[in-house]
Amino acid sequence: MNRALTNLLGWIDARFPLTKLWDEHLAKYYAPKNFNFWYYFGSLALLVLVIQIFSGIFLTMNYKPDAELAFGSVEYIMRDVNWGWLIRYMHSTGASAFFIVVYLHMFRALMYGSFKKPRELLWLFGMVIYLALMAEAFMGYLLPWGQMSYWGAQVIVNLFGAIPGFGPDLAVWIRGDYVISDATLNRFFALHVAAVPLVLVFLVIAHIMALHEVGSNNPDGIEIKKNKDANGIPVDGIPFHPYYTVKDIMGVAVFLILFAIAMFFIPEMGGYFLEHANFIPANPLATPEHIAPVWYFTPFYTVLRAVPDPFFGVVAMGSAVAVLFFLPWIDRNPVKSMRYRSTLHKLNLILFAIVFIVLGILGTKPATPLMGEMAVRFSEVYFLFFFVLWYSSRTRSNGFSLLLFVLLLGIVTAYDFVRATDITMNLVSISWLIPALYLAIMLLLPIFTDLDNDRPVPERVTS
Amino acid sequence: MATDDVDRSRRRLLTAAASVVGGGGAVVALWPFLSSMSPSARAQAAGAPVEADISQVEPGQLIRVEWRGKPVWVVRRTPEMLESLDDDRDLLRDPDSLIASQQPPYARNEYRSIKPEYLILVGICTHLGCSPTYRPEVAPADLGPEWPGGFFCPCHGSRFDLAGRVFKNVPAPLNLVVPPHRYLSQSRILVGKDQSEA
Repeated sequence: MNRALTNLLGWIDARFPLTKLWDEHLAKYYAPKNFNFWYYFGSLALLVLVIQIFSGIFLTMNYKPDAELAFGSVEYIMRDVNWGWLIRYMHSTGASAFFIVVYLHMFRALMYGSFKKPRELLWLFGMVIYLALMAEAFMGYLLPWGQMSYWGAQVIVNLFGAIPGFGPDLAVWIRGDYVISDATLNRFFALHVAAVPLVLVFLVIAHIMALHEVGSNNPDGIEIKKNKDANGIPVDGIPFHPYYTVKDIMGVAVFLILFAIAMFFIPEMGGYFLEHANFIPANPLATPEHIAPVWYFTPFYTVLRAVPDPFFGVVAMGSAVAVLFFLPWIDRNPVKSMRYRSTLHKLNLILFAIVFIVLGILGTKPATPLMGEMAVRFSEVYFLFFFVLWYSSRTRSNGFSLLLFVLLLGIVTAYDFVRATDITMNLVSISWLIPALYLAIMLLLPIFTDLDNDRPVPERVTS
Repeated sequence: MATDDVDRSRRRLLTAAASVVGGGGAVVALWPFLSSMSPSARAQAAGAPVEADISQVEPGQLIRVEWRGKPVWVVRRTPEMLESLDDDRDLLRDPDSLIASQQPPYARNEYRSIKPEYLILVGICTHLGCSPTYRPEVAPADLGPEWPGGFFCPCHGSRFDLAGRVFKNVPAPLNLVVPPHRYLSQSRILVGKDQSEA
């Protein structure tokens, strides 16, 4: 039996690099031995992609991409198709799970400097995956043809229309009509089920190939390939299979428990995973009283709302995403992991996470003056974070710190004078403290304290 | 054949020429696909004008008519509403409707309508296309003491007065659009055809 199997493997290997692929990517791929909790999310993202493709295929068997029939066919899946509710909730919960996992995966890269040399391309592939994922989620959300589907798509497609010159024509071309209509639904279906998933799968393959070419980073941010034994195997590396396949199965088990709880008991997640207004069929004549995108878009939506001009709003929102592409060239500090970075850098990362979450919460709230002002302030801190990240690439002189502080706060303040009116002056001057305090902590403390000093990086990974 | 015989510049020229021609062909082949995504002949034809009966609209009431897939509002304004239009001029971005694209010439007046009483508007926010909410009441709690009555967009907080004129310091840049329309009789309007057209 064993002999026959070995012979079969030999027969295949002579015709297809099966053993070679297995060794390169699993059995002889040496990953650092010190992965922690944060390293689950790459494999979990892959798992969610599989869940989405699988459940999506079965949804297409009963869904009808037609403005007249779409809403009804989703209700049909929920009520009449055997286990249809399960398949549909799996897909809708999977969409939110995808973004939870991907955001944690990205924050991991931020904490341990996984985007830095030599992993710039790995980061860029990841960012393109993130963009494709946003497109995929957006187009998928139109398909149930509920009120939020319709008006969400209306707003997002009109973002392209805000581009001066060819913008309006571009928006018509995307919709295939002068308004969101059957033509739009039909093409979004085609893109959602065929084009973008194909692109996603290819990008994921490229992402993993780039990862396995340069090797995985780790919580210490130390290159294990610099320390190899006589056989050329990294001393601090362990084969991905079986060590990390087993570890990842543990993560998969915990993830699936949480996923099942959401899917079975709280699939709408209080209106965050599935918005209440989307249980009303699309009505082109009336916008719901309160509209907000699904939670994973709300941070960027807040940035859009913070700017009182359609085109510059789109530019701001686009920049909020685009700036992430440039992380490898913004943070030039040779120390990768935050473990050996300064106290201020750690604080900066924590504040960034908080700001991102606050932006997300603001995006779900109605557009009141107070919320609008907070949107402006937290958007400002979001962008200032990247200046501070660049600033902390190396030790700066006191004069430079002071100059940058005055310059950045000056820009913020000058913008306040442009936008404040008699009515909003009070609010603007109080909320001014948010960016002022942030900049003071990040740029003035290095002048007076040692909190900006990085720590020595050890030769070998710890534990 | 010895490698010395290879005419490298000739080979480069042929490779480059083949690449350019092939690349050009690929781009041209892409055109039908891109063009197929533009509005089809059927979508372009579906722009017929619609008639609306306005005799049943009460003073202060708003009715909606669908034209080209968009909501068109007919608001019958009360005399108090019409009087209030003059009060908030300073708060508006374009109080005199100077931007020609937002209304036909016959609606470019202080009421932005043919008959002062009836306001006809495309109910789509000029920011990102949500349909604003009709909020005729003066100074409600959620919109603040300055609110003179008008339209409030729930999506991004844009505000318009009772002539569809946009306020300053809101995301929307332009006044709401007055569609081409004409009166067929005292009680019927036709949305989608200009007054002057036959």
